[in-house]
Amino acid sequence: MARYGMVIDVEKCTGCYSCFLACKDEFCGNNYPGYAASQPAKGHYWMKVVPVERGTTPKVKLDYIPTPCQQCENAPCISGGAPGAVYRRPDGIVIIDPEKAKGDKGIVSSCPYRVIYWNEEENVAQKCNFCAHLLDKGWKEPRCVETCPTDALIFGDLDDPKSEIAKKLKKGNTETLHPEFATRPSVCYIGLPKKFIAGEVVFADKKDEAATGVKVTLVCGSKKMETATDHYGDFEFDGLDSNKEYKVRLEYAGYKTQEMQVKTLKDINLGEIVLAR
Amino acid sequence: MAEQIFTSCTNAGPISVYVRDGKVVRIRPLEAKDEDFKPSWTIDDGQRKYSPPNKFFISPFIHAERTRLYSEDRIKYPYKRVDFDPKGKRNPQTRGKAKYERISWDEALDIVSSEITRVTNTYGSSAITGITSSHHNWGVVGYKMGPFARFMHMIGYTPIFDNPDSWEGWHWGATHTYGFYWRLGMPEPYDHLTDALQHAEMIVYWSCDPDSTRGTYTGQDSCMWRQWLKEKGVEMVFIDPLYNYTNAAMDGKWIPIRMGTGTALAMAIAYVWITENSYDKKYIETRTVGFETFKDYVLGKEDGVEKTPAWASEETGIPIKTIVSLARRWATKRTVLASGTRGGEGGACREAYATEWARMMVLLQAMQGLGKPGVSIWGTCMGAPSNVDVFFPGYADPDGRMGSTKAANIKFSPAQNPTKQRLYRLTVPDAILNPPIDWRGDGFCGNSLEQQFNEYVYPMKGHSEVKMFYRYGGSFIGTMSDTNKWVKMYQSEKLEFVVNQDCWYNSETNFADIILPACTSIERDDVGEWGAAGGYTHHASNGCNHRIVVRQQKCIEPLWESKSDYQILTLLAERLGRKEEFTDGKDEIGWIKAFYEISDLPKYISYEEFEKKGYYVIPMPEDYKPTVSMRWFAEGRECDTPDLGNPKRGTDKAKELGTYTGKIEFVSESLKKYYPNDEERPVSPKYIPSWEGHRSELAKKYPLALVSPHPRFTFHTHYDKHADWLNEIPTHRVYKDGYPYWPARIHPTDADPRGIKNGDIVMLYNDRGAVLCVAKVTQRVMPGIIHSYASSAVYDPLEPGKAGSIDRGGCVNLLTSSRMLSKNVPGMTPNSCLIEIEKWEG
Repeated sequence: MARYGMVIDVEKCTGCYSCFLACKDEFCGNNYPGYAASQPAKGHYWMKVVPVERGTTPKVKLDYIPTPCQQCENAPCISGGAPGAVYRRPDGIVIIDPEKAKGDKGIVSSCPYRVIYWNEEENVAQKCNFCAHLLDKGWKEPRCVETCPTDALIFGDLDDPKSEIAKKLKKGNTETLHPEFATRPSVCYIGLPKKFIAGEVVFADKKDEAATGVKVTLVCGSKKMETATDHYGDFEFDGLDSNKEYKVRLEYAGYKTQEMQVKTLKDINLGEIVLAR
Repeated sequence: MAEQIFTSCTNAGPISVYVRDGKVVRIRPLEAKDEDFKPSWTIDDGQRKYSPPNKFFISPFIHAERTRLYSEDRIKYPYKRVDFDPKGKRNPQTRGKAKYERISWDEALDIVSSEITRVTNTYGSSAITGITSSHHNWGVVGYKMGPFARFMHMIGYTPIFDNPDSWEGWHWGATHTYGFYWRLGMPEPYDHLTDALQHAEMIVYWSCDPDSTRGTYTGQDSCMWRQWLKEKGVEMVFIDPLYNYTNAAMDGKWIPIRMGTGTALAMAIAYVWITENSYDKKYIETRTVGFETFKDYVLGKEDGVEKTPAWASEETGIPIKTIVSLARRWATKRTVLASGTRGGEGGACREAYATEWARMMVLLQAMQGLGKPGVSIWGTCMGAPSNVDVFFPGYADPDGRMGSTKAANIKFSPAQNPTKQRLYRLTVPDAILNPPIDWRGDGFCGNSLEQQFNEYVYPMKGHSEVKMFYRYGGSFIGTMSDTNKWVKMYQSEKLEFVVNQDCWYNSETNFADIILPACTSIERDDVGEWGAAGGYTHHASNGCNHRIVVRQQKCIEPLWESKSDYQILTLLAERLGRKEEFTDGKDEIGWIKAFYEISDLPKYISYEEFEKKGYYVIPMPEDYKPTVSMRWFAEGRECDTPDLGNPKRGTDKAKELGTYTGKIEFVSESLKKYYPNDEERPVSPKYIPSWEGHRSELAKKYPLALVSPHPRFTFHTHYDKHADWLNEIPTHRVYKDGYPYWPARIHPTDADPRGIKNGDIVMLYNDRGAVLCVAKVTQRVMPGIIHSYASSAVYDPLEPGKAGSIDRGGCVNLLTSSRMLSKNVPGMTPNSCLIEIEKWEG
């Protein structure tokens, strides 16, 4: 028996929403008895694509976080519904039974990830089920994964060491959304947006040229990161923690070292920094 | 009834269509078997081998095809405007606001055919004109160049020239610099992917967002190529007023730029290269002409203005240091210039004097050795390894057009049409309302450079003014310029009869007297190769990982009372007593077979098997040898690419480009011959400030510049409005009070002083019109710029039928200027558009 999971590589996601639309094509107007009642045409986001814009002009970033049901091992929706209304299959897929769960609105609010939706017409809570009805017919992957143009969505058997997903997980750079929820999701992420600190450097006596090769050091407690400005005079530290105090130090031979203190309440564009002789 | 799976093809990829009980229940990327793909291709860059997966990556909106098929916005029955009486009062003034009544097919066809006869008998057939919208449902049998063109040429109508709306500056400018007029100004697209993976160190995306515009028809196959290039560590720079979607996906360096100033930046880059001696002098000497004249201009010897980075910084808003760094980096790295997704496209080619920008794109790359390894003009969308030896007609190929194909015994093309009068798409309203009008050029000028200089006057001597308009589709209010004038045109009594035939209600549908319901390609039989337009874009399917020809099967019966275009036009031809001529004795299946027969497919797959299987993936030859675009030219060899349209290929001039000198022309010999004194398209390119830019007088009244590029989540106007699922993609539309508004992106420094908050309904306006949008306040757009896509399909005037009414649908083209690119260049300039914006309080 396979144990299904998904790895979502945010760095590869282009925000094309094909996953979201393929999900609609599969479920809108289509009933799959035992798996899911039909998805309403509007207002449900079983494969929710969440855009995250960071920074300020021109140091900005835009990421998309595809957010389906996380298929948790400790799924709060299971205890959130009446007995048998929501259950986890041996392959790890969490199913909201379209019949047994009827009328149970509590299932929607039981999910800390907010990926369960109420279907007014069908009187039932609904969510992504990894296209279980297709997998049971022999399909290899859900509709969203099939159509992803960049392999940002990887689906497969977590227990099969030869599967793409197992190889991805083995690299150790995956994480889950909101680990503090402690629900043990079967959906993992690569490259979730963190905070960045960026800036561009010029020398006071050569302001019309980029200051290339300036040593930039970032210190946070005992942690230290180092980089150098590139040919545009740009530097960037990404993947930083939120709400932390960081010290940025800029050094270049012949120029006065500059230091500044910032806190990553949000992403920080330090703008143009002028190094004086 | 058991589930059936049919094959079909769309504007953006092949699909499998699942049908249960006569209803489509699922549409997914065409499911082919692994054995269909053998052998595929592999690119080896010395470190890694790259091969495409055995899949087809369709564009996002294709996933919404099912909701579009069953859309409530389908035209379900024939209709007549209630106050239109072909035998009495016609009331053209109520077009756009009057109601419609359902009529029978017989009545509708009788009215249309008798109007064709009446107008022809009264004024001559040149009094009939007609046009389709850009693009159509896929398939050569049903395509807009197929039955519609065949029928209209048969009845002798006045054809309307299309303007090259997506690549204006390249068509009217770059052709005079490097030829490729047979590709309408876009460069040949061969083996760029191989070249880039093996040699490129940097890509400059200039007015180019391939993740949004996707090589026109080629779906999302190229997304993975860009991932490969990113993983290889190829540096990427994006010059664009918007931090665009490809920029985000590639995490590239963003250089925001003011509208209309790209040529100034290009001049400054040339200035750095000239003054720092960092350009390819041997290439300039041997492969180009006129460099000294250009150099004198750049260095200020001609006009006293040195085109320094400091000078360009004032124009562009880009810091001096960034210009200098970009220029230096470009000169030291093998750099691909992605100036538009098909090489020559991009919003910067659709603005004031954009011929100059497009020419400069070519000339900058010439200064770095265009055609040498890793130095190309490539939008990162076309140019995968591809087997071009197997012919299947594309819709624009003479042999792919029902009217001119050798598959037809009786032909009806311009050659058979006795009417020599022409109209020009951009000026159709002017022609109707205020004749006479004149312009230069045959629209798509793919036969020669001189074709651009042909002079036209409407009405043409010996011909009638137009009295009847047969409109197929109706997108122009959302896609052309200053489009309130289309509203005025439709209400003119000079148009005695307007018919509109379409699958869906579009922005112009409700201006017709008679509306005819057409069915989609899902509901009829057809055949087509994915991505292969043919004609002036030969081998466009090399923007796809695999060539696939699809037998587009009729999946369901036509919905409601809709009929295929072919059937509708056959019924009209029958009423005109010309059925046999029109059909050439063939039904739609007959045409499919005829197109199959003239293709190379019979060598590979029998018709019966093709019919049964539904598709054929054209295999790669085992000994495939890449021939990179323009490498032959850079190396002084004869053209070795399969660029069929190149007239010098295979002749004693095969080493030459398509310019008069055969070289890249800093001073254009063709312009020198025809327009030696044109200051607006000078023989050697110059930076000419926009007439509607940050320096113009109008900027005091309308200080914000609107950029309206091609859209991300609709194909032209197709899919918007008719595929509701798309409305929940916030990039595309945003529901507010239950209405799906079109987004306008604004920087906080422009939004804050106007009291505009994210999600507010705002009015974009100028003297030409007013449009309501939903404000997206974002750091991704340069201050001073409003970004809102062109191609809204929703024209929803608050006062229907009134030209100039506020539009709630998002047709920002209502605001754009109808001024042409320059005095001798009839191209559109939607990206030279100043506006103001304010919160809409209703």
